[in-house]
Amino acid sequence: MAGDERPQAAEAAEGAKVPRTATAEIVPFRLPPVADEQAELDDPRPGDVDEWGRSERVRAAVRQAYDPVYTRWFRAHWEGLEKIPTEGGALLVSNHAGAIPADAPTIMHGVEKELGRPVYGLADHFFKNTPVVGTLWARGGGVVAHPDNAYRLLREQQQLVLVFPEGSKGPGKTYNERYRLRRFGRGGFVEIAMRAGVPIIPIAVVGSEETMPILFKVPSLARILGAPYFPVTANMAFGPLGAMIPFPAKITLRVLDPITFDVAPDQPRYSRSRIMDESEAIRQQIQEALFDLLRRRRSVWFG
Amino acid sequence: MGRRVLITGLATFWGGRLAQALEADPDVEVIIGLDTRQPRVKLERTEYVRSDENYSILSRIVRATGIDTIAHTFLVVDSTQMSSRTMHEINVIGTMNLLAAASASGSTVRTIAVKSSAYVYGASAADPYWFRETDRRVGSPRTKVERSLLEVEGFVRDFARDNPHVCLTLLRFSNVIGPDLTTPITTMLQLPLVPKVAGYDPRIQLVHEEDVVAAIMFALRQRVPGIFNVAGDGQVPWSEIMALAGKRGIPFPPFATGLAVEPMRRLGLVDLPPELVTLLTYGRGIDNRRFKEAGFGYRYTTAGAVDAFVQALRLRNTVGGPDLGYRYEEDVEKFFRHSPAVLRDRPSD
Repeated sequence: MAGDERPQAAEAAEGAKVPRTATAEIVPFRLPPVADEQAELDDPRPGDVDEWGRSERVRAAVRQAYDPVYTRWFRAHWEGLEKIPTEGGALLVSNHAGAIPADAPTIMHGVEKELGRPVYGLADHFFKNTPVVGTLWARGGGVVAHPDNAYRLLREQQQLVLVFPEGSKGPGKTYNERYRLRRFGRGGFVEIAMRAGVPIIPIAVVGSEETMPILFKVPSLARILGAPYFPVTANMAFGPLGAMIPFPAKITLRVLDPITFDVAPDQPRYSRSRIMDESEAIRQQIQEALFDLLRRRRSVWFG
Repeated sequence: MGRRVLITGLATFWGGRLAQALEADPDVEVIIGLDTRQPRVKLERTEYVRSDENYSILSRIVRATGIDTIAHTFLVVDSTQMSSRTMHEINVIGTMNLLAAASASGSTVRTIAVKSSAYVYGASAADPYWFRETDRRVGSPRTKVERSLLEVEGFVRDFARDNPHVCLTLLRFSNVIGPDLTTPITTMLQLPLVPKVAGYDPRIQLVHEEDVVAAIMFALRQRVPGIFNVAGDGQVPWSEIMALAGKRGIPFPPFATGLAVEPMRRLGLVDLPPELVTLLTYGRGIDNRRFKEAGFGYRYTTAGAVDAFVQALRLRNTVGGPDLGYRYEEDVEKFFRHSPAVLRDRPSD
């Protein structure tokens, strides 16, 4: 077996033994036999970065660093967490808010902590495009939002995937529009769930709007930076360091009933009108849950 | 009657390797190699025909020899090797003429394998992590190699549509690494400091040179029509590849990388073509499962291929490389192949 795995070493060694005269020929190239199908190929990996660019070491460190933020700063409180399945693929869908949205890490960390299963957060490729940030984001668990990536995670790897159908329009809205859901894109998330044959689990998050409220936006700066939006936040009143620190609003998360679709998976196309209807229905559900949570909320800071 | 195979680009690394592999196959009766230059490896029975890169004599060869199989390995994917004009001539015009000759009336060609590259998928931040054969690239092609390969694939697709009786296999290889091959990546990994793009650590997927030859052989032997990605399992961050090679990186600015690389190119240290800069920024993964399902078995994973390369490098640095002192002598080769004095039925050596 070892001979099969390292034929190039043997080949080079033979080549080296050939007397080095002008007429010496190189060792004729021969293809070594194909490795046994059952045999595991030698895969000497020095690091732990997986095929999604995630590193367990980085993720463990991030979890450790973020846990006090999750429990002490935001005091995250879950309702209906048992509705998230402990096995099998599912698409988590949530509202998205705050200039640097606190909802994404809260949901990812919360589910990982409470249920012990990883969540793959899909996000705009803007992150991957940004040096340093993009690498850290990927190592920590971020995946570029692409239908192929979502399908592979949900259908083939049966993982939990988190998407924000509002995209950057959600966190990019100003404070006076808080808790009013934006358009849910073109309903692509519904199509992915149908194709992958997994349920959609809507989550309504209250509190993230107040962690980093956007007062107004500077579109010209956003254009220069190539960013989806450039916000001027209330946090910026506390200096450059303060601008990065979210306000300690209490975050409440309500998991709504899973939605399954009675369609066959792996179809090349799904009815566009059906997709748009389902997408709008899910948006309505989250919107109503948000209003309900806001009716019950006595204080932004204490819930 | 055995297979009658024509190889384009016999003097290239791939053409030579493939010819040697085909010579070991008893089912292959005739091997004809086309190139503008003389072969650079020792060949037992391959017939070398000098041709221009446009293959103007090809239809005559096909008619005269009754070729039934073509291995089109002469597609340039390393843009540091030549001017873009020459590359266009070889890739686009060459493929066009090759396929025209193969589909001429009375053509006996029934199997074609084309060695394309995963460069056709490009590399950008918005890419899926695993390109499938059916996926289209995300952005429009920016570099000359990508454009010329896409044009080639267009010809290949048209040919496949017009000639359903021909089994055409289009193989898209990811970047290749191996002990004997020289590519910008293997050159980079031998520098004291390996270039990288600051702030990015892309996932890179590589394939071992032996798997490349094996894949072309597989396509010719098994006759599997269609497009297939060929790449080793796993995607390895560039930092890990450097770690496997025991090298440290030298960061290049993430913006205007091309400008920063220019002095290195002038000094002759390393030539980072634009398609490689985007690869080192965003990385690229291709889904290799379709070829596996067709029955192909890989010998190396991505990390395994890097490790094999590094081990060969260590050995070479210690004891020196194999002597590539072979020179093609036309008269000698003619004598061994055609002289009545040579005993045919005896195995050589």
